[in-house]
Amino acid sequence: MRDSTVAIDISARSAYAERLKRAWYRFSRSKLSLLGLLMVASIIFIAIFAPVVTPYPEHAGAFVDFGNTMHPPSLEHPFGTDAMGRDILTRCFFAFRGALIMGIVVLAIVVPIGTAVGLFGGYFEGKWFSTIVMRVTDVFLAIPPLVLALAIAALLKPTLTNSMIAVCISWWPWYARLVYGMTVSVRNEPFVKAVELTGMNRFKIMFSEILPNHLGPILTKMTLDMGWVILTGASLSFVGLGEQPPTPALGTMVSDGAKYLPTYWWISVFPALMIVIIILSFNLLGDGIREMLTSGE
Amino acid sequence: MSVILRIRNLKKYFPTSKKGVFVKAVDGIDFDIYKEDVFALVGESGSGKSTTAYTVIGMYEATEGKIEYKDLDISRIHWKRPIQLKKNIQIVFQDPGTSLNPSKTVSQIIGAPLIIHKHLRGEKLREAIINALNMVELPSEYIYKLPRDIGGGEKQLVAIARALSAGPEFVILDEPTSALDVSIQAKIIRTLLKLKEELGLTYMFITHDLSLVRNISNRVAIMYLGKIVEQGPTSQIFAEPSHPYTQMLLSSIPVVTKAEEAFKPKQVQSTGEIPSPVDVPPGCSFHTRCPLAWDTCRKIEPQPVELQPGRIVKCHLYSKHKATLSGAKL
Repeated sequence: MRDSTVAIDISARSAYAERLKRAWYRFSRSKLSLLGLLMVASIIFIAIFAPVVTPYPEHAGAFVDFGNTMHPPSLEHPFGTDAMGRDILTRCFFAFRGALIMGIVVLAIVVPIGTAVGLFGGYFEGKWFSTIVMRVTDVFLAIPPLVLALAIAALLKPTLTNSMIAVCISWWPWYARLVYGMTVSVRNEPFVKAVELTGMNRFKIMFSEILPNHLGPILTKMTLDMGWVILTGASLSFVGLGEQPPTPALGTMVSDGAKYLPTYWWISVFPALMIVIIILSFNLLGDGIREMLTSGE
Repeated sequence: MSVILRIRNLKKYFPTSKKGVFVKAVDGIDFDIYKEDVFALVGESGSGKSTTAYTVIGMYEATEGKIEYKDLDISRIHWKRPIQLKKNIQIVFQDPGTSLNPSKTVSQIIGAPLIIHKHLRGEKLREAIINALNMVELPSEYIYKLPRDIGGGEKQLVAIARALSAGPEFVILDEPTSALDVSIQAKIIRTLLKLKEELGLTYMFITHDLSLVRNISNRVAIMYLGKIVEQGPTSQIFAEPSHPYTQMLLSSIPVVTKAEEAFKPKQVQSTGEIPSPVDVPPGCSFHTRCPLAWDTCRKIEPQPVELQPGRIVKCHLYSKHKATLSGAKL
C-alpha cells in the first residue's frame, strides 16, 4: 500500500509538471506573447525599483530647477524636461507605480465582487433575486465606464484612492456579466446536477465546482483589463481627478504638456507613449494567456 | 422480494410558451422496482423515459403522483429530500463527457460523495477513492488525472465509481452506454453487472437498446408518449410481446442470423414517428401508428389490464372494449 501511494504521488507530480510544460509551450509558441510578458515584467521591475533605475529620482517629488526647463530630448534627459525643469523619463517611471497600483487594486476589488455577483445571478437564474441583481448590473453597464467613473470621481475629493473607487464602481458589472453568462451555460450541465444530487451545499457548488471552470476567461479578461483600467485612471488624472501634483501621474503629465503643444511636444508625447506601451504590453500578455488556456485542449 | 421503489400515477408536465399548453413528458405511470432487480425502462426518444428518471432522482418536481422509496414518500425536488436519501439513490448520466467536471481531478470527482456522506478526510478519504477506482477496475494512478486526459469509456467508469463510492442501494442508469464506442459498451455493462452482484444493488436502467435489455434486465417497462404501454418480466415480454408497440419495437431489432430472426415476434412494420408530447392523440396515443387500431382506439384511452401477475398491458385488444372489435385481426 505504502509503495503504491508513493508511486501515485510521483506520477501525480509528473502529471502536474507535464500540464505546466504543455501550458508554457502553448504560451511561448507566439513571440508576441513572450514580448508582452517581457514588457510587463520590465514595467513591474521599473515601477518597483524606480528610485534606482531612474537618473534623477529627486525629480519625482516637488522639485524645481528653473535653469533646466523645457530641454528637448537629449542624452542627459532622454525624454526631455518639463516646465519645472524635471526629467520626464524619471517622472514617467515613477508614474508607473501609481498606474500599476491603480490597476492591481481596482482588479483586486472588482474581480471578486463581479465574480460573486455573476455566479450568484447565474446559478439562481430565473429566481426573482437573481433578476434584480442582474438588472442592477445592466443599469451600470448601460453607462460607459469612463463617463461613470468621471461622474463619480467628480463628486469625490480628487485623490488616487477616490479615483480607484470611481473606477471600481464602473468596472465590476463587466465581470458580473461575464461570469453570469458562463455560469448560466454550465449550471444545467450534468456535472453540476451530479453534485447537486449528491447533496453538495449550493455555495460549495458555486465556488468550488462551477467557478474553477471560469478561471481561464476571468484571468484573460483581467490581464486585458489591466491596460484599460490604467487608461481610465490616466483619463481621470488627465482631467485632474486622480493623483495630485507633485506626485507624477501619466494622465496629469499629458495634460500639463498639452498647453505647450506643439513646440514642446516631448512633455506630453512621452507620457502618452508610456500609456500606450503599458496597454499594449498587457494586451499582448492577455492574448498569450488566452491562447494558452483555450487552445490545444 | 421487497419493493424498493414504488411509482404511482406519476405525472410530469412542462409548461410551454403558450399558456395552458403543457408538454406531457410523463403522463400517469405506475411501476414497482424490486430489490436487486435490473428494471429496464425502454422507449424511443421523446417517450419520457429520461424525464421519469430525473423525476425519480428529484431533478424535477413531480406534477402529480407518488414516488415511494422503501415506503418513504420522496416525490419532492432534490433539495427538499433528506440527505440520507441522496446517499442511497444515485444516478449515472448518459454522456460522461459532460457529467464529469472538466476542472476537477478524478480523485476530487469520486471524493465529493465520500466527503458529503461519509465525512472522510485525509488518508481515509484517499483509500476510499482508490477503492472506488479499483472497484471499476481503473488503476490507482488515475486519481490525479483530469477528465480530458482519459478516454470516454474510462470517464464513464469514473462516473460509475462516483455514483457507487458512498455506497448507494439504488442506482439509476440513464443510457450509460449510448454515448460510447461499441467496444467499450460491453466492458461498462460487465462492470455494472459485476458490481450489482457484489454490492447487492438495484438498477433502474434507461435505454433504447432492446438487445441490451434482453441480456441484462429481469423486468422491463415500455414507454410510449409518457405512458407505460406494457410491463412485465423481460423473458415473457421478449417471448410473447402483447402490445402492438412492443411488437413493433422488437421486430425492429437488427439481427444477423436466421436463428436470431426466428426469435423475433411476427413482423410488424414500424411506421411513422412518435407524435409530439404537446399534442397527444386522443384515445390510445399509439393509434396513429398502430396497424391494428380501430374506432375505439381513437376515442377511448385503454386501461391497464393485468394479463398475468406483474404483466400489465395497456391496449384495447386485451380490454373489455375488445367486445366491440370489428374487422381488426389479431
